[in-house]
Amino acid sequence: MKKRKSFWSASLALVMMMAVVLSACGKSNDSGNASPSASASSASPSASESPSASPSAPAGKTPRVAFVYIGPPGDGGWTYQHDLGVKYMEKELGMKADTVENVPESADAERIITELAQNHDIIFTTSFGYMDYTLNVAKKFPNVKFEHAGGYKTNDNMATYFGKNWEASYLSGIAAGKMTKKNHLGYVAAFPIPELIYNINAFTLGAQSVNKDVKVDIVWTNTWFDPTTERNAAISLLDKGADVLIAYQDSPASLQAANERGAMAGGNDSDMTRYAPKAYLTNPVWNWGPYYAKKVKALTDGTWTNEQYLGSFKDGMVDIAPLGESIPDDVKKLVEDQKAKFVAGEDNIFTGPIVDQSGAEKVASGQSLTDAEILEMNWLVKGVEGTIPK
Amino acid sequence: MELLAQIIAAAISSGTPLLFAALGGILIERSGIIQLGAEGIMLLGAVIACIAFIHTGSLAVTLLAVAGISIALGLVHAFMCVTLRANQTVSGLAMTLFGSGLSAYLGKKVSGTPIPGSVPKLNLNFLDGVPFLGPVFAHLDVLAWFSFVLVVAMHLYIHRTSWGLHLRAIGDNPPTADVMGIRVQTFRYGYVIAGTILIGLAGADMLLVYSPTWTEGMTAGRGWIAVALIIFARWNPVRALFCAYFFGAMDTIGFKIQLIGSEIPSYFLKMIPYAVTILVLMFLGWRSRNKPSGSPQSLGLPYIREQRF
Repeated sequence: MKKRKSFWSASLALVMMMAVVLSACGKSNDSGNASPSASASSASPSASESPSASPSAPAGKTPRVAFVYIGPPGDGGWTYQHDLGVKYMEKELGMKADTVENVPESADAERIITELAQNHDIIFTTSFGYMDYTLNVAKKFPNVKFEHAGGYKTNDNMATYFGKNWEASYLSGIAAGKMTKKNHLGYVAAFPIPELIYNINAFTLGAQSVNKDVKVDIVWTNTWFDPTTERNAAISLLDKGADVLIAYQDSPASLQAANERGAMAGGNDSDMTRYAPKAYLTNPVWNWGPYYAKKVKALTDGTWTNEQYLGSFKDGMVDIAPLGESIPDDVKKLVEDQKAKFVAGEDNIFTGPIVDQSGAEKVASGQSLTDAEILEMNWLVKGVEGTIPK
Repeated sequence: MELLAQIIAAAISSGTPLLFAALGGILIERSGIIQLGAEGIMLLGAVIACIAFIHTGSLAVTLLAVAGISIALGLVHAFMCVTLRANQTVSGLAMTLFGSGLSAYLGKKVSGTPIPGSVPKLNLNFLDGVPFLGPVFAHLDVLAWFSFVLVVAMHLYIHRTSWGLHLRAIGDNPPTADVMGIRVQTFRYGYVIAGTILIGLAGADMLLVYSPTWTEGMTAGRGWIAVALIIFARWNPVRALFCAYFFGAMDTIGFKIQLIGSEIPSYFLKMIPYAVTILVLMFLGWRSRNKPSGSPQSLGLPYIREQRF
């Protein structure tokens, strides 16, 4: 009897050990979540050749490149597109980059960027909230180059990059304005920051350009990524009568909710057709790869500058996902024609007259907003229902 | 009235995963074992459901696979807490960390692939014209109906059967239960495993019904809300139902208020569920200040025969 009992505990202990081993595997394959320096040393071939503490970028040598991600590459949106960009760059330049995922926008970010700065030549930090942390580290490591996505602070060794994705939002607005049957659109918005505000405005202006009666309801979720909350927001909009949605969020939850209700929707950042081909509208997408390849190459050639880069349709950094299969050809053509204007760099969508929600004139007839003015927009155009929380 | 029906329908759909997880937790904690691993178990349940459904396309196989992984996890937790008498809080937290890490790893391949199909709905067409009942109950999925049945069954089981009496005895006073001839260790194993299956099912429900694609970290803290719900419901399945739907409703009510066109900032609305939780807890605490908390009295204490602690 005793013997049998010990056999059982022994076999249970074996199960436990297997679980521990499994968990270790899971962790180590998680792209070095916890220990960026460990994954950095194993992945970069040049790191082992020059273990000097103060790195510089010798011309002609393969630079050691690192990326900091806010989410997992599997989010199907923002980080997914950055990851595609990194893969493109790796293929173009025949090198490997190091990535650290799930880095919170907190003091942790500064610690991780500092660790990366000790053995890399250029570091891309791919979320707005890393701005101050990146700047702090950039000041401490003058020989390392830093690239920050979406921010406005620079340093001698710190550049910024982003794109005019409002042009793409305008195009999805055209599609939405044509596809709505109730003249009622819904916008699931993450945070009340300029990036969202100019995208909501551009979307609304696009819809109004083809459908004067259209109105756009917005709800704020105050999260970039939470499928359940996003879904609830989308359902609330659908309940209120909206029949075409755009979700400026990182997950496809709104699109899936719209699909179940027979409505249409688009997402953000990346092509989301595969989640619901019938219900898919379109949405702005990012294409970071060429920029990454260009800047890393510039570093090798010694031509890197701390520019504030703003991409667009012209250079391909901003694009629109292929229009969904339910969208008829005449709507597709409308969108294509307008896209051609953006590619040629001809059209500024924030050209007057534009009035805000209260009816006050914000852009006079014949005038246009500059990029800088657009990037700090804090008012909503007429036709948007909802307020910007203060 | 229509608005109320919409809110209740949304409350049921986002409250069902919370309800399953809370029911599982109640079963485990009633037997005297603390359960803090819900977040990790739900994530693993969701990712296994996704992988199994994509590969087999069969709901039955999917649910079996989820049950399988849950049994394994429950066995580990029970072995740690019952046989090894390890710290139950630490074991639960480890399960959460382990679950989020392993689910992220397993999910890499299926991430972004929508599942082929959905959970069948129980269409009660005769309810379609009925106000209120129609929009809420006419087209619920079978898992939601199963959760209703489960609440009633668990309530009857815990409070009306001799087995339920044994369960309460194990959780409140294991030495007495042992003297009564109840095999404390064996039953604790059984309840931890059964409860873990329900928590795994919560994750599967979230994936199959709610958000039909695997996305890393998709529970976004709902496992922790389920843990709080257990205490909120004072280890009672029927109260758990109302608490879970209350939280589900809170998920959606902020958006409804935004859309009415009120001037209340969305940050404030986001705070409502938590503020209301505190208020309700204070109210319940005040009302039952002279009654026992409802917590199993030996919760968190390992039991060894003939040993005092």
